[in-house]
Amino acid sequence: MSDVILQVEDLHTSFFTRAGEVKAVDGISFYVREGETFGLVGESACGKTVTGLSILRLLPEPAGIIVGGKIILEGKNLLELSKKEMREIRGEKISMILQDPMTSLNPVYTVGDQIGESVRQHQHLPDDMVETEVVSALRLLGIPAPESRLHDYPFQMSGGMRQRVVGSIAMSCRPRLLIADEPTTALDATIQAQYLALFRDIQKQTDVAIIFITHDFGVVASICHRVAVMYAGKIMETASTSTIFKTPKHPYTSALIHSVPRLDRKDDRLYSIEGQPPSLLNLPPGCRFAPRCPDVQDVCHKQQPPEVEIGEGHTVSCWKVK
Amino acid sequence: MQNIAPNIEAISGTKVAAGVKRVRIVRQLTLIIPAIVLFLLVLAAIFADLSWLGLPDVRLAPYDPVKISMSERFLPPFWAEEGSTAHILGTDNIGRDILSRVIYGSRISLSVSLLVIVITAGVGTVLGIIAGYLGGRTDGFLMRVTDVSLSFPPILLALLLAATMGPGYWTIVLALSILGWAPYARLIRGEALRLREEDFVGQARIIGASPIRIMVRHVFPNIINPLIIMMTLSVGMVILTEAALSYLGAGIPPPNPSWGNMVNDGRSYIDTAWWISTFPGVAIGLVVLSGNFMGDWLRDTMDPRLRQL
Repeated sequence: MSDVILQVEDLHTSFFTRAGEVKAVDGISFYVREGETFGLVGESACGKTVTGLSILRLLPEPAGIIVGGKIILEGKNLLELSKKEMREIRGEKISMILQDPMTSLNPVYTVGDQIGESVRQHQHLPDDMVETEVVSALRLLGIPAPESRLHDYPFQMSGGMRQRVVGSIAMSCRPRLLIADEPTTALDATIQAQYLALFRDIQKQTDVAIIFITHDFGVVASICHRVAVMYAGKIMETASTSTIFKTPKHPYTSALIHSVPRLDRKDDRLYSIEGQPPSLLNLPPGCRFAPRCPDVQDVCHKQQPPEVEIGEGHTVSCWKVK
Repeated sequence: MQNIAPNIEAISGTKVAAGVKRVRIVRQLTLIIPAIVLFLLVLAAIFADLSWLGLPDVRLAPYDPVKISMSERFLPPFWAEEGSTAHILGTDNIGRDILSRVIYGSRISLSVSLLVIVITAGVGTVLGIIAGYLGGRTDGFLMRVTDVSLSFPPILLALLLAATMGPGYWTIVLALSILGWAPYARLIRGEALRLREEDFVGQARIIGASPIRIMVRHVFPNIINPLIIMMTLSVGMVILTEAALSYLGAGIPPPNPSWGNMVNDGRSYIDTAWWISTFPGVAIGLVVLSGNFMGDWLRDTMDPRLRQL
C-alpha cells in the first residue's frame, strides 16, 4: 500500500460547558493512507464529527478545544500552524462534505460562483480559467451538462444534485484528504448507492484519501478499506473492512454488526444493545462499554483496557483480547 | 429563467399562463407607480431652481418660497371658490406660495432622509455583522454600546446638539444619525448570529475563507432583505422626526421650508385653512408609501426563489 497521508496521535478534544468538561474525543489515534477510504463508525454523539472538525480545526468556538495530541498531515503538525496557515490548508489540502445538502449551499449564489469561490481562494487564475476548473469539478462529480448547470441556483436542484455540487466545492482544488461526514444520510437509498459509486470513481481518478464518517455498516461494507469503531470518544477497534465483518474481536463491534438487519437470516426480533451510551460529562473509570457489555469482567469496571495489536493492522481495546 | 416560461404554457395551457401574466403585471405596477412618484419628486427637488447651474431665474417652482405677500394671505387652492390658478395650491398665513414651498421642501426632506438612512444603515450593518459573526467580547462590547444608544431619547439629544451647534441642516443629519444606527445594528446582529450557524457558512470555512470574506460574501447578501425593509420603513420615521424637530425649533430654521415645518406652520389654521398642512402632509405620505412599495419590490426581486415569476 501507499504512504500514510494523515496521522492522528492521541487526540483529545473537549467542550467546556457550564456543566463541566465534555470529553467528546478522548485520546484516539489512527492513520489514513493515500488513496484509501477510512471509515469512522459509531452511534450518534460518539465523537465522529468532532474528530472530523478537529482535523480541520473548525470546532465551534469558544467551547470546543483540542486539549492534546497531534494531527500530522504530510509531516506537518496541523495543531502548530497559525490561523492563516490553517486557512491555506483548508480546501487546498483537506476538505469536508457536510451532512445536509439542502443547507450547505448559499441560496443567493449560483453553484458556479460557489465552486469558483473555492478555486479563487487558493489559486490566482483569470476568470475563464476559473470557469474551466469549475466545469471540471462538476464533471468529476458526474453532473450532466456542467456548462449549463453552473448558472443554476441551489433551489433549482434536487437534493442528490446539490450533494454533488457540495462534493464539487470540496473537490475543486483536488485536496489530498476529504472528510465526508455522513454525506449520504440525507439522500434516499438509490441516490445513496449512486453517490457511493461516485466516491469510488473520484478516488480512482484523483487518488484522494477519504475519511468516511457514518453510522451505517452497509455504507462501510460498500466503500471503506479500513474501519475504526468509535464509542463514547474512544476507538474500540480498528481493522480492515473484511476483518471487521468476518472476525470482529471487540464485543461492541460484534454487537453493532449483529444489530444490522439481514436478508439472509430469519430473526424474530432485531438484536439491540441494552442500555444507553455513558454521559461524556461523567465517564466510568474503566472501559466505557463495560456497563452494556455482554462479556464484562471485574477488571473492565476498574481500568481502561490498553490498545492491543492482534494482527496485521488490527487493533482492539478490550480486556478479553490479550 | 426565461426559457422556462414557454414550457409552463405548453404543459398547463393558457389559463395558468394568463394567471402568471397577471401576477407579473401587478408586480410591475407596484414598481412603476412608486418609481415614477419618487422620480418626479427627485426631479422637482433638483429643478426647483437652477441656481446651482448659475441660472437663478430658471425655475420649476412658480414663486420664491420665502417671499411674503400680506395681500395674498390664506388663498385656497385653485379649485375652491376664492382660489386662483396664480397660486395652484394656495398660500399660507403670510402669503407664501404652498406649491413652491412644497417643491423647495422636497430638497431638504428627501436629502435629509437619504443621508440619514445611508449613514445609519451603513454603520448599523457593519457593526451588526461584526458583533453577530465574531461574537464573544466584541459582541458584548458592541451590543452594550447599542443598548446605551437605544436608551437615549433622540429628541433630547437633538435639542442638545441644536443648543450647542445651532439649529440647521447638518445638526438634523447628525442628530438623527448619531443614535439611528442602533436599531439596524440590533436587527442585523440577530441575523448574523443565525447565519453564523448555517451550514453554508461552515462550508465556506471548510474551503479556507477568512472571517472578513465570509462576512462580506456569505453573511451580508443574506441580510439584504430585512435591511431593505428596515431602510424603507425608516424613510417615514426620518421625515417625521425631522418634522418634530422643526416644531421644537431644533430643525430647519424658518423661513426655509421643509415638509416638517410646513405641517407645523399650518397646525394652528387647520380648521380654517386646511391646505397649509395638508399638501406637505400628502407629500410626506407619498414618499413614505412609495418607499415601502419599492422596498417590497426590491426584496422580491433580490430573492432568487421569486425571480421566476
